[in-house]
Amino acid sequence: MSDKLWDFHGGIHPPENKTQSTQVPITTAPLPARLVIPLQQHIGQPAEPLVEIGDKVLKGQMICAANGYVSVAVHAPTSGTVVAITEHTVPHPSGLPDLCVIMDTDGREQWAERSPTPDYRDLERTELLDIIANAGIAGLGGAGFPAAVKLNPSQEVSIDILVINGAECEPYITADDMLMQERAAEIIQGIEIVIQLLGVKRCLIGIEANKPQAIAALEKYLLEHQLQQQIELVTIPVKYPSGGEKQLIRILTGREVPSGGIPADIGILCHNPGTCAAIYRAVVLGEPLISRIVTLTGAALASPGNLEVLFGTPVSELLAHCQLQEDKLDRLLMGGPMMGVALEDPSLPIVKTTNCIVASTRDELPQSGPEQACIRCGMCAEVCPATLLPQQLYWYAKSKEFDKALEHNLLDCIECGACSYVCPSNIPLVQYYRYAKGEIRAQEHEHTRSEHSRQRFEARKARQDQEAAEKEARRTQRAEAAATKKRSQSGATTDDAAATKAAVIQAALERAQAKKAGQQATAQDPGARDLKTTKPQPKQTEEPAGE
Amino acid sequence: MVAMSILPAILILLGLALVFGVILGFSAVRFKVDEDPIVEQIDDILPQTQCGQCGFPGCRPYAQSIANGEAINKCPPGGETTIHALADLLGKEFIPLDAEHGEEKAKTVAVIREQECIGCTKCIQACPVDAILGAAKLMHTVIADECTGCDLCVEPCPVDCIDMIPVQVGLSEWHWDKPSPTRLDRSALIATDATPEGQVA
Repeated sequence: MSDKLWDFHGGIHPPENKTQSTQVPITTAPLPARLVIPLQQHIGQPAEPLVEIGDKVLKGQMICAANGYVSVAVHAPTSGTVVAITEHTVPHPSGLPDLCVIMDTDGREQWAERSPTPDYRDLERTELLDIIANAGIAGLGGAGFPAAVKLNPSQEVSIDILVINGAECEPYITADDMLMQERAAEIIQGIEIVIQLLGVKRCLIGIEANKPQAIAALEKYLLEHQLQQQIELVTIPVKYPSGGEKQLIRILTGREVPSGGIPADIGILCHNPGTCAAIYRAVVLGEPLISRIVTLTGAALASPGNLEVLFGTPVSELLAHCQLQEDKLDRLLMGGPMMGVALEDPSLPIVKTTNCIVASTRDELPQSGPEQACIRCGMCAEVCPATLLPQQLYWYAKSKEFDKALEHNLLDCIECGACSYVCPSNIPLVQYYRYAKGEIRAQEHEHTRSEHSRQRFEARKARQDQEAAEKEARRTQRAEAAATKKRSQSGATTDDAAATKAAVIQAALERAQAKKAGQQATAQDPGARDLKTTKPQPKQTEEPAGE
Repeated sequence: MVAMSILPAILILLGLALVFGVILGFSAVRFKVDEDPIVEQIDDILPQTQCGQCGFPGCRPYAQSIANGEAINKCPPGGETTIHALADLLGKEFIPLDAEHGEEKAKTVAVIREQECIGCTKCIQACPVDAILGAAKLMHTVIADECTGCDLCVEPCPVDCIDMIPVQVGLSEWHWDKPSPTRLDRSALIATDATPEGQVA
């Protein structure tokens, strides 16, 4: 066990509201008739569909292949028929549609061929990474970063500590808690695979103290398998947002992820227990990632709990399964109340990064009051876990002074919502930061585009100038050629031409003379004409020779 | 006596003047700046549509004239953001966009109605970024990714088959809007005035 814990700046203690969903064990959600499977459920390039409309697919069959290195494959969650590959609204704050594979399930749950490798310890590093990449594993903690990419850090950094993030600090969410309670074996075996891949010496599992059963379950497994030396279980104090990657690393190791950096920069890799369990299933059982644990909670649900849900299952079906009371429902959230986004459309599918659905009543999560003026109380700065100045960032975001916001490290904001939570003026601070971040990204994008346009414009100008220069060059060339020709004609180089010309003139003159003479002769004596006309002939041939 | 005491001071000052003169003279030659760097910086801020709406034949000429004191609010495609950036760079006050040169519009992209195109190549010659593809008497088409939405191809088209379509925001370009401004009505602030509807801000 680790003996020393560090603390991070700020943090808050919102009501946990976790017990509602931990009363019953994980159950499997009923198989829906139709699944809507988005091609992009992760960070990176969207996957590319491999199936066509009308294709029969088997459970676990790859239906979309990863498109590039930072991308994740998608597999059929169950057996059935592809009915459409079309745009459908996806879980995204914009509410915009994206490409999805829509399939009808056949209820037979017929598996495609699986290739389990229980003796993974003999496998090469690259072979293991291939298995994980082909299983379509994206980080299940929330961001959805491709696991195989994260497990293959660049050669320049050396990873010495693996951190497993079991803190689950956000209120309401208990998906990781229940997973750790019920599937400790899968998680720990997954961690062993990750340890083998990375070759790390130390592994720390950080769990908030409000999950004693999860801690006990993991501890029991570690003791039974003599792993407590290799994998340390650390109980951390309950404080939001201790489950933020950077905050948890600070708590467990005392190291600070540099501004703008990633944990790998300080030799640490952080994974979610769900991702580890998925890695175990992919490697040892040969099962790709086709389902996850989702917490369904909130006072508007009569039977909240954690469900094992196939990706693509519409939220509405899960709500019906948990006996949603429509009359009580006020707001539907995807994710927790601190960082989640409101769901407008309950037909949205569950994706790899969905960990929780909150169906809250009006009393439970009241709408915040109207935004009022900032009174500069400084409470936001006191609770900011990233030690930023939320108030300053708010001013800059509001007045669109994005360069100053950047100077105040806006991009280090983890959008945890602690500042908005404590703000006595009900200012939606995080929304301002999200807006500012989006604007900054858009402006950067615009700038690259305008740079590109400039290059094209300059290339075009250069081409036009060159064309004009070439045209000019050709024109001068032609003019020169003409001038030379003219010069040479008046010179002595063309004797023959001049001679011929002279001869022609001479001949014409003589013909004219002959004609005249002939006319005179015929008038006098027709017999003499022959003599006269034939007489100049020899002279004609002699003349050029004499010249 | 007085002259004797002043002399060293004069000599020292002359010596200093000489030394600094040499240093300044040397740096003037060694660190000579060929081009006005401010023009580069201004050009970098301008949106490079080369549309000429500012009245100058392209972004660089406008950048040059801004450096020479031209107003900074003549660029409709850049809009408010560009004016802010220029004001920051040049230490000027922000001024709203000059309506004479056009208004800030949503980003557009040119689209040729291809069945109507007669293949005259006039738009190809007008496009400042070579974003139109085609040949004489053959259909032309716009490379949407390269189009800056400058409108310059619309005018020369003899059959008027080019449309400027607003760019669709996809998932990758979408970002959060600015939170809507405070609705400070009485019912929202004073609890006793509040109706159930009024509470929902």
